[in-house]
Amino acid sequence: MKKYEIKGHKPTRHGFGEALVVLGERNENVVVLGADITGSVLTSFFQERFPDRFFSIGIAEQNATAIAAGLALSGKIPFFASYSAFAAFRNADMLRISIAYNNVNVKIGGGHSGITVGPDGATHQSLEEISFVRALPNMTVVVPADYEEAKKATIAIGEMVGPAFIRFGRSPVPMFTDTETPFSLGKANVLTEGNDVAIIACGIMVWQALLAAEELHKKKGIKARVINCHTIKPIDVQTIVDAAFECGAIVTAEEHQVHGGLGGAVAEVITKNYPVPIEFVGMCDVFGGSGEPDELLEKFGLSWREIYAAALLAIDRRDTNSKSYFKVKDVAHYKE
Amino acid sequence: MPINIKFSEKIFDNRRRNESEFAEIALEMRRDVIKSLYLAKSGHSGGSLGTADIFSVLFFGGIMRYRSNEPDWNGRDRFVLSAGHIAPILYSALARAGYFPTSELATLRKFNSRLQGHPGIDHHLPGIETSSGSLGQGISIAVGMALSDKYLDKNERRVFALTGDGEIQEGICWEAAMCAGHYKLDNLCWIVDNNDCQIDGRVRDVMSIYPLAEKFRAFNFEVIEIDGHNYNQLIAAFEKFIELHNNKNSKPFAIIANTYMGKGVSFMNDNYKWHGNPPNEEQAIKALTELGENVELI
Repeated sequence: MKKYEIKGHKPTRHGFGEALVVLGERNENVVVLGADITGSVLTSFFQERFPDRFFSIGIAEQNATAIAAGLALSGKIPFFASYSAFAAFRNADMLRISIAYNNVNVKIGGGHSGITVGPDGATHQSLEEISFVRALPNMTVVVPADYEEAKKATIAIGEMVGPAFIRFGRSPVPMFTDTETPFSLGKANVLTEGNDVAIIACGIMVWQALLAAEELHKKKGIKARVINCHTIKPIDVQTIVDAAFECGAIVTAEEHQVHGGLGGAVAEVITKNYPVPIEFVGMCDVFGGSGEPDELLEKFGLSWREIYAAALLAIDRRDTNSKSYFKVKDVAHYKE
Repeated sequence: MPINIKFSEKIFDNRRRNESEFAEIALEMRRDVIKSLYLAKSGHSGGSLGTADIFSVLFFGGIMRYRSNEPDWNGRDRFVLSAGHIAPILYSALARAGYFPTSELATLRKFNSRLQGHPGIDHHLPGIETSSGSLGQGISIAVGMALSDKYLDKNERRVFALTGDGEIQEGICWEAAMCAGHYKLDNLCWIVDNNDCQIDGRVRDVMSIYPLAEKFRAFNFEVIEIDGHNYNQLIAAFEKFIELHNNKNSKPFAIIANTYMGKGVSFMNDNYKWHGNPPNEEQAIKALTELGENVELI
């Protein structure tokens, strides 16, 4: 099985912030809007390099979002970034009408996403936005897995035409892709070969999926196909259907509610094209809380262990043709 | 018996005019509003009629620079109808300016029409700069356009935006106002259709926004309060804005236009119950007769 190595740790927000500068250098129409927390979502890099193309809008995300539409209607390529809690929910109506319905070339950066925001607690831990933004017509949605991928994904949405949302996080996470790793919007990356079960993940859960695959192989001889589904919309239907057909059992993993996010998107593809058992790893219809990222990931069941357990369950359901199913809050637990 | 609805083919150019010419255009547009809403069987009569005089001056008084035969002309001033529900008057103004045939006004709110219930740029009606209808967003979009013109493209274009008065109960309007003041957007002209009417009643009863001029002044606007049915006052207000912009006075401009909802039709005048309703056959006959139309029945 292909091995991946950690080449250090860095937050995905660094990839986002650095990519904005690259985009700014490539295209003078790229402009950035800030809503006070520029040093957190690292739009500050762009601000320092291109002060004349940076607009501070203050703590007014609704306004910033609609202003971005006005700039795009004037031929600009505006990026607006804040925490996902405010860049996808506080401004939800503006995303829907000013951005998505207008179908303007605005890019939204949702930072500090998921429970790995840590000590700030539930108010700031956005765990539902993938569900919302992917439901908007015209919207492209990307959830990169590490620093390098965040950089590539940001550049990719900056160079496509149309509204897009990119989700990234606060805390340092393992870097396992590099500048050579292919990245193409809408094309999921198959990271490991295997036909026993497919693990489809996005964001920080991709690394956990790789760890789970390693354990499954070591302990059970199971070959898992790990798929990095960085683009949630448009979703890579072919890669998912191939996985369903060739593996017959699927696990999704995301730092997001199990409702409506990556899991929901994958389930839509599978139920329509080739139904197979599917298990969802994610936040099980609960809010987060304060704590260090590692403590929270363990508490809320967002690690390779839950993916491992879910994979065994999905395989069992496939092989025994079991009709039993778990309720939403029942998580498959890892056992040594 | 249904009314035989015909839209005149008259179009008007954009130049300095006298009061009677503005009145003639406003009257034509008020008839358009009644006709298109009667055919649509739904829509917003009150604000569309109440702002006809503002549209008459703005579009046909040599105030806004545009080319109806070249809607994307990049020297144009832009108009954003933040109060998207009064689209019928905007559609009338655009048709009368020559953006599209006046006969198309008969398709308001109909299936596959370019004249959507609220403006939608996905339907590609010439002259529509942005979708609008979710209240308050249009004025923020206008601020974005003005920022782009002033700071990025550094051109001399202007942005005109119209909100309702009830509309500015939306918090985003004040975020937009703060931002326009902060960035000294002297290329932005914000017109408030101040008719003290909204669906549920008087604005002052539903949720008072008053005092209004003081609020805008506090947000660093240049403010002028006028009778929104008085052509001389409208012209003077717009010319003041243009003069201040030319002199780079560094302040956004707010026109508080005191109007009567439903103005021009006696039984709709100043009556909030006409905010969101179209006239039925009997009411349309009465309204069109008052507006000087020779009504024919089929």
